[in-house]
Amino acid sequence: MNAPHKVGIGTPLARVDGADKVTGRAKYAAEYAVPGLLYGVAVPARIAKGRIASIDAAAARAVPGVVEVMTHENRPKQAWLDHSWKDELSIPGDPFKALHDDRILFAGQPIALVIAETFEAARFAASLVEIDYEAEAHNVDFDTSLGEKFLPAKGMRRNTYHPPKARGDAGTAFDAAALKLSGEYRLATEHHNPMEMHASTVEWRGDGKITVYDKVQGSQNTQAYLAGAFKLSKKDVRVVNAYVGGGFGSGLRPQWQVQLATMGAILLERSVRVVMTRQQMFYHAHRPECTYEIRLGAEHTGKLTSIYGDATTSTSRFENNMEDIVTWGMMNYDCPNAEGHYTIAPRDTYTSADMRAPGAATGMALFEIAIDEMAYEAKVDPLEFRMVNYSETEAMNQVPFTSKALREAYREGAERFGWSERAPEPRSMKEGRELIGWGVATGMWDAQFSKTSARARLSANGDLEVASASSDIGTGTYTVMTQVAADTLGLSPDRITARLGDSDLPAAPVEGGSWAAASTGAAVQLACRSVAEKLFKAADEVEDRPLWGAKSIDDLDFVDGEMVLKSDPTKRVSLTDAMRAGGLDVIEVEETAKPGLSDMVSMARKARNTHSAVFVEVRVDEELDQVRVTRVVNAVAAGRIINPRTARSQILGGVVMGIGMALHEETFIDRALGRWMNHNYAEYHVPAHADVEDIDVIFVDEPDPEVTPLGVKGLGEIGIVGTAAAVANAIYHATGKRIRSLPITIDKLLEVAP
Amino acid sequence: MNDAVTIDRAAALRVAASPIATLPLSLTINGEARTLEVEPWTTLLDLLRDKLDLTGTKKGCDHGQCGACTVLIDGRRINSCLKLAVTLDGAEVTTIEGLGQPGELHPLQAAFIEHDAFQCGYCTPGQICSAQGLINEGHAKDRQDVREQMSGNLCRCGAYTNIADAVLDAMEKQA
Amino acid sequence: MIRFDYARPDDVAEAVRDGAGDHVAYLAGGTNLIDLMKENVARPLEVVDINRLPLARITDRDDGGLRLGALATNADTAYDERVQSRYPLLASAILAGASPQLRNAATNGGNLNQRTRCYYFYDVDTPCNKRVPGQGCGAIGGVNRIHAILGASDQCIATHPSDMCVALAALEAQVQVTGPEGDRTIAFADYHRLPGDEPWRDNNLKQGELVTAIDLPAEDFSTHYSYLKLRDRLSYAFALVSVAVAMRLEGDRIADVRIALGGVAHKPWRRIEAEEAIKNERPSDTVFDTAARALLAGAVGQGDNGFKIGLAHKAIVRALAQAAAGTPQSQTDKRIR
Repeated sequence: MNAPHKVGIGTPLARVDGADKVTGRAKYAAEYAVPGLLYGVAVPARIAKGRIASIDAAAARAVPGVVEVMTHENRPKQAWLDHSWKDELSIPGDPFKALHDDRILFAGQPIALVIAETFEAARFAASLVEIDYEAEAHNVDFDTSLGEKFLPAKGMRRNTYHPPKARGDAGTAFDAAALKLSGEYRLATEHHNPMEMHASTVEWRGDGKITVYDKVQGSQNTQAYLAGAFKLSKKDVRVVNAYVGGGFGSGLRPQWQVQLATMGAILLERSVRVVMTRQQMFYHAHRPECTYEIRLGAEHTGKLTSIYGDATTSTSRFENNMEDIVTWGMMNYDCPNAEGHYTIAPRDTYTSADMRAPGAATGMALFEIAIDEMAYEAKVDPLEFRMVNYSETEAMNQVPFTSKALREAYREGAERFGWSERAPEPRSMKEGRELIGWGVATGMWDAQFSKTSARARLSANGDLEVASASSDIGTGTYTVMTQVAADTLGLSPDRITARLGDSDLPAAPVEGGSWAAASTGAAVQLACRSVAEKLFKAADEVEDRPLWGAKSIDDLDFVDGEMVLKSDPTKRVSLTDAMRAGGLDVIEVEETAKPGLSDMVSMARKARNTHSAVFVEVRVDEELDQVRVTRVVNAVAAGRIINPRTARSQILGGVVMGIGMALHEETFIDRALGRWMNHNYAEYHVPAHADVEDIDVIFVDEPDPEVTPLGVKGLGEIGIVGTAAAVANAIYHATGKRIRSLPITIDKLLEVAP
Repeated sequence: MNDAVTIDRAAALRVAASPIATLPLSLTINGEARTLEVEPWTTLLDLLRDKLDLTGTKKGCDHGQCGACTVLIDGRRINSCLKLAVTLDGAEVTTIEGLGQPGELHPLQAAFIEHDAFQCGYCTPGQICSAQGLINEGHAKDRQDVREQMSGNLCRCGAYTNIADAVLDAMEKQA
Repeated sequence: MIRFDYARPDDVAEAVRDGAGDHVAYLAGGTNLIDLMKENVARPLEVVDINRLPLARITDRDDGGLRLGALATNADTAYDERVQSRYPLLASAILAGASPQLRNAATNGGNLNQRTRCYYFYDVDTPCNKRVPGQGCGAIGGVNRIHAILGASDQCIATHPSDMCVALAALEAQVQVTGPEGDRTIAFADYHRLPGDEPWRDNNLKQGELVTAIDLPAEDFSTHYSYLKLRDRLSYAFALVSVAVAMRLEGDRIADVRIALGGVAHKPWRRIEAEEAIKNERPSDTVFDTAARALLAGAVGQGDNGFKIGLAHKAIVRALAQAAAGTPQSQTDKRIR
């Protein structure tokens, strides 16, 4: 008998949108051909704070092809109440409203939009708009802003913020500790820099209806936002984001280019496209700069006795962006005394934003550097140190995890890496003129699940379409949806079409926080199970009722387009036969996956997290301090893996961004001018191909039926968390130089004697 | 020419209002001869994307700093964002659309899918055109060469190791 | 990008005629000029496309040297067999710079004339004396991690971004130019300028002059040489500090040596005293240290870039050691030899 073979959850299916992407057919936001399209180019503010005294657009208007120069003086109506500008991930404060009035809140703020028949005409004319400013004193310097740091009052905090929960008496324990460590740890401002620049093509469809092709991580979020901000009816706004050229958080919230393009379309009643320049990409979302004071106390054995953290991250003057920085260390380690504090510091820039693993990427990395230091202090192997302080439960809230296979991740990662061969002393491993260092760090992120709907539609010929307004920002959502559907209904993937990235589709949240696979996957599975129920019922009409005896679809296997009786695999009915017998031309259902009552109880009582163990080898020139990351092993415990091929890519991507965080990425700001200065890809360095050698990804076995309906925890963030710390720790092991400020650029290493 | 390129506003304004003269341009794009009229300041990238609807070639920075706009001119890879179209009169341009289409994928395209050498897909056409340029150049012998010679193509999704696998795989198959 | 008139001459004389007058720019590979035009830093009213001029060949010279056409691409130059065998330092330096795509488009003449990567020069919303004379220098007292430590002025602390030019300086190339007043030859050391009081002048080309070729003299530096580049990532980044060394050993002594630095000044940085100081010496770290001290004498930091002084010192010593040992730095294997 043929063994049932099917593409299902756990199969390394090649990306289903691959052919479209490698042939250039995949359309991104700025690539939809729209008749009569106008091109808008934004004019950015030169100063960081003040007001616009006057705008002289005469020269710009004289350029042949220019249709309009839109400013705060002639823009269409906007909603006045801040409340109308809220989006799904709004941050408490006053949301930024482009061209709202004459106020300048940050350098680079768009203060005019030149709209022309061609991009070239708009670009040229934009350079001719003359602005006079009344400048006011600004501050963009993070250290200066620390003088104004504060913890927002309760109603003004982000709802994602978790206040650190103290236990024991960290101060007294620190004073009494045999081993003490204290230091200030830093992360520079980083920019997301997705490869696709933020872009919106707003198609004016007549009678007030618009279709917006937007680079954003949630189509329905943009839809609701535009409806609120510009007093449109939601049904008149359709938003499409079928392909998104990376996001990493910069597209969680609708960005200013969609405001400008929509206003331009309303003003002129024509279709308008606005694409940010790469330079302008630096004048919006960015990962906040961070300072983190850490104090650790430990016994001589390496057992932690006190954890104290106090962190501040940067935000703007108009919104209170907040992250969880100090909580990660408090949650991850078994230590009787812990205390944490957190504040934000406002500066005259655009509001900082969530960037890949917001909070954890920063807080966990910096904490894991401190942990490494304490391991050396205690003369305990850094991996062993983490085992000594391993916490089976979530230590801050003192609740169990739904699952935590971090111990296995440490073990499997260490074995693959060859950690046991490590010489303990810094500067003790060398080849030629290169010092070799091995470092380890821990990663931790949330496993989240959001209410998501999906539709499944099975045609009489056996073709299935699954659809949800979810997004695929490169994360593999198309493939996950296809695979879950294939798994549930036993269909070949080439009979399945996954649709997403369209606000007309069933409701789904913004893609971010690693929740899309678990949530969209669960919704697709529910919808496909509903289809299966209907097929099962229809199968009753098939002659001889081959499936007689089955009480529910759980008594059946869905394989190769057939329903097969588990108890007697010779008894089977094809899906198409069932539909024919049941007189069904099509089966279409929509289902919503959401946490049920038992899930709610579980969420309150248990922590749900992914974990990772990251091992890094660096080679550092002993004189010149050039660092090469030659080897990375990232062992990840993230529950069930839907697709090992695309999952591995997610981790690879996180690791590469972690290498960037460790070595390269830093946006410099000019204090006097209030401007980001290295606002391009040539001077803001993301890792290039030559910077990345060998990355090995391990998924440790971590069955967890409780965490989410599919047992999936999500992988978008965990790859970056801890990676930068592992690099920093490897650099210390190689060189004996402890750098507490990321990125570890060559100047920082040169300044320190080993 | 150092100071000659800085001009005053009055001069700029004079140019601003002047009428636009287009120039004739003959290109062979993906094997098809095209006779076009272009403004001199239109880049090859904007010509492809905005005027010819060949949007497979991507704009990632518009300044030659990311490689997303890489196309082949007479078989050589260049950044199309830094080429004024008019300067290429008579050239043969190959974009991602000309390498292969679904159902008849180019070996590099197939290898990129097989090795999952992309995530968001935005740098991908540039990576593939660049890889074909690399193969045409013939200076890459091993993985280290590929890594260095593909460094003009940034990938923010971090697919580099898979890209190297895909390029090496295709190099073997084309060898 | 500004609007401009476009001319495409077929021969050099015509190009020079087209290039006469104010606000004219010669366009070759475009990798720097188009970039600057998009940033509104360069705003020529006339662009003379010189790509059709017959200046793309690389030819042997009667004196045993090599002539690099101004329009030969950086890639064609670096991979030319004669350049690889006779001037491997130049090939190495070219391949250390930019990306394969850029090297395929960028020309040799253009490489000489590329402009600084200073953040302020590139951002028209900031002050810059190089862009707008008299406006002030944003980098002084500003963000200046990548700026000059040598030869800067109180007007400008920008650096020249080229790798190729650092090797050309060490090789004592000669730049052939033509212009309204005829042909002339400029020694490489005299080609680029220090900023002084006229930071807007990068080089000593006169208005309307056009580079036609770069001549490489016949000396043999094909065994003992190295181009060592330190930067913020391992490829596709401008140098923080780079060192080109060309050396000739006789027996166990340094018979001739040239050392040029990139990333540290407004032009490739050479000092004959530093080279003279170690001629006829046996190669050793002590000797190399002497050269480094002499070459870096008077170096000053601007705040963020002070580290370059120490880095350059170490890099000079290492590059000299690489050259003396005949183990030049690979531009592919990033391990520093």
